[in-house]
Amino acid sequence: MRKLTSPQLKSSYDVIIVGGGPAGLAAAIGAKEAGAESILIVDREQKAGGILWQCIHPGFGLHHFKEELTGPEYAQRFLKQVEEEGVAVISDAYVLDIDKERQVTLMSSVYGMHSIKAGAVVLAMGARERTRGAIHTPGTRPSGVLTAGLAQKLVNMLGYMPGRRIVILGSGDIGLIMARRMTLEGAEVLGVFEIMPYANGLNRNIVQCLHDFDIPLHLSHTVAQIHGQERINAVTVAPVDDKLNPIADKGWEIPCDTLLLAIGLIPENELSRQLNLRLDPVTNGPIVNSAMETSMDGVFACGNVVHIHDLVDFVTQEALSAGRNAGEYALGQRRPGDNIRLVPGNGVSYCVPHTISTHQTHTVYMRVRKPHERCSITFGEVYEKKLRYAFPAEMITVTLKPEFLETFHGDALVVDVHDRE
Amino acid sequence: MVYDVAIIGGGITGSAIARELMRYRLRVILIEKECEIGAGTSKANSGIIHAGHHSRSGTLKGRLEWAGNQMWDELHADLDFGFRRGGELTVAMKPDQVADLHELKANGEAKGVTGLELWDKERTLKEEPNLSSDVVASLYAPTSGIINPYEACYSLIDNAVRNGLELSLENAVIGIEWQDDVIMLNTRKGRIATRYCVNAAGLFSDEIAAMAGAGNFTIRPRKGEEYLLDKRLMGIVRHTIFPLATAESKGILVIPTFDGTIMVGPTAQFVDSKYDRTTSAAGFNEVFDSVRTLVPGISPRDCIAQFAGLRAVLESEDFLIGPSSVRGFINVAGIQSPGLTAAPAIAKLIVEILADEGLQLEHKENFMAQNPKRVRFAALSRREQMRLVAANPSYGRIVCRCELVTEGEIVDAIRAGARTLDGVKFRTRAGMGRCQGGFCSARVMELLSRELNVPFTAITKRGGKSWIVTDREERG
Repeated sequence: MRKLTSPQLKSSYDVIIVGGGPAGLAAAIGAKEAGAESILIVDREQKAGGILWQCIHPGFGLHHFKEELTGPEYAQRFLKQVEEEGVAVISDAYVLDIDKERQVTLMSSVYGMHSIKAGAVVLAMGARERTRGAIHTPGTRPSGVLTAGLAQKLVNMLGYMPGRRIVILGSGDIGLIMARRMTLEGAEVLGVFEIMPYANGLNRNIVQCLHDFDIPLHLSHTVAQIHGQERINAVTVAPVDDKLNPIADKGWEIPCDTLLLAIGLIPENELSRQLNLRLDPVTNGPIVNSAMETSMDGVFACGNVVHIHDLVDFVTQEALSAGRNAGEYALGQRRPGDNIRLVPGNGVSYCVPHTISTHQTHTVYMRVRKPHERCSITFGEVYEKKLRYAFPAEMITVTLKPEFLETFHGDALVVDVHDRE
Repeated sequence: MVYDVAIIGGGITGSAIARELMRYRLRVILIEKECEIGAGTSKANSGIIHAGHHSRSGTLKGRLEWAGNQMWDELHADLDFGFRRGGELTVAMKPDQVADLHELKANGEAKGVTGLELWDKERTLKEEPNLSSDVVASLYAPTSGIINPYEACYSLIDNAVRNGLELSLENAVIGIEWQDDVIMLNTRKGRIATRYCVNAAGLFSDEIAAMAGAGNFTIRPRKGEEYLLDKRLMGIVRHTIFPLATAESKGILVIPTFDGTIMVGPTAQFVDSKYDRTTSAAGFNEVFDSVRTLVPGISPRDCIAQFAGLRAVLESEDFLIGPSSVRGFINVAGIQSPGLTAAPAIAKLIVEILADEGLQLEHKENFMAQNPKRVRFAALSRREQMRLVAANPSYGRIVCRCELVTEGEIVDAIRAGARTLDGVKFRTRAGMGRCQGGFCSARVMELLSRELNVPFTAITKRGGKSWIVTDREERG
């Protein structure tokens, strides 16, 4: 890996981007496209690229590049482009604060502490994994209980094995990928346990990571108890009732030395909270308008910090748009505000952006609450999109054109999912 | 070599005794079976310095609780650990409980506890607007404090070591013999000869006493489960909130910890095993059901971590402190709540007992009462942070994002004695936040490996067999 050189820091930039993962990198390119001259990416890892470096499996780029890449390949393409565009990237640095005038305070071991003015800011801090505490699994607190993403880093980046006999709780994509990865490394993956009656990861990962390796997926099951004083030595797993509580007398014990948790991601919004941005209690990310602008003027957001995406290609798409809007904002271009609020209705857990306008085409990202077959997504009475199926694990993208909205006269558009006959 | 005093157990009691003894010209060794200090009961409790009015006067607990309470300000000034007198409210949720508040107030005042005030409903809700509107009245106790108990242990031991304490970690006493006037402790790491021995072995003090033939008592472990909540709830209460106590427990509390995180618990349930630190679905439900009657805004969804600790309980429910039938062997047993509060007073009492038993006490002129101030980056002003980063760039590298802990602080902790992931976590808070170490564990392991000059695979969560990773070719 080539280390980017440390650029000279300026006292102001058109756009400052917080986070150098896929969202931050694409936002930089978007801002450049919009005409922003000076752009700074602040990344807290040793090297920008985010979680992509540890995702050494293929499956990235099918939408954006129309070819299949690994995570590091996908990151490398963006890093190269960012470098060619003259975007300044500083790694091992941390944004401590952003004030109302968009004065950004950052800290780094190389540069010390700096206060830098931003014409616009893009938040692209990504997400973190949910932990055992969030689901309060009973039992002891031994070593060997870790998130799938941490295990992925230990294996793929540092070259160590987190264990040899592995149980996976949760069917999130990272867990499915790690089921395959650990098997290829010679570990025994004893099963994936998912509390919901349907899987939480992409169908292609269920097939390629579990079915192809004969790893059992137990739906409507959970880990009811963790055993072991120093290192984990077993888990009790059990089916759950309709309130998702384990049915104790149907449980059984599985000896193991590792429990990987793949129980979901949470947007990383420490900074957003500190800035008092309005957050959506469902996505746990900032509320954004159709320009991906948050409740704070000139502060934009994109990627997993807004809502959890299942494909990096969609992160890129959203971030390019957020970056373009941030670039325009920095150059003083303003466009008409939004005039329609999107309201998640029947069966819909959220929609991003939270507001849209009647004068342009919008891409709306959304998720349903439970699986559907042969269903329709409706936007009030103005637009209907028919789907063969819809799963909570798979984000749905809807393109709304101005002509659909012309006939709409209210200020809130309710988005529902209906089963079709 | 013969030590003057050997202390068995490095919890808060043993740590406070060790530090107190180091004021004198004595050769003292402390033996701890875990690889970090304070790793048992002392780490896993509510972190409260009790106001002084809960324990009955006439008991040893009652006497030492208030005496200990008064000693924490000076210790805090000298030793630099997380401690604040935040005050507490004991709340009556039914009209017939108001009499209990009066009784509690009288009990405290009889012991000399200062500042107790009865607040009516209006005043209570004005001070704590997020309490349930069912609250009828409350008793305010300004002398109550919150503390990071593990930090208190580390600070006490670090100071004792600065003053000459010898520390034998990951060592256990397996037998006790006598040679003339000398107590011979057979340990996993060899024989230790001492003139006096203080048994501060917590849950295992009955087993140690039995080894010495120095007491016939039994310790029963009573488990307490605690649940830590997301920072979203920071500030939901300003004081520690107590319901009215029952015979077994002070009830389930809402605790604004020193670092601002809200903690709820503990349960109180006798268990069979001294190793049973499991949390349970029943405990979880009990805690949240109870807490929501006090503070309805707290939801089980806010839980970010849980743990359980074991109280060392004697039949009498009181402390047992004093010389035994065996010369030179002193027991400090049954130190459950308010043991943390009482610890400094227990330490002074032990010094008196040792003197009564014939130990020569001679003040050490060069005793260093203070520890050097630790760097806590997150607590510094922007200007101080800037100066620090300019002077030492490793304070400019954030390792733990959730709690804003820098590489410099982690290196400081390792140089102060942290050997494990938990050791670093409890000294610096790295890994204690929302992501529970998801992002920083690997980086902390690299720093431990670098500073201790051991392979990455040798790093553990908390010693023993709590390994984290193995080499690729090695079979775990």
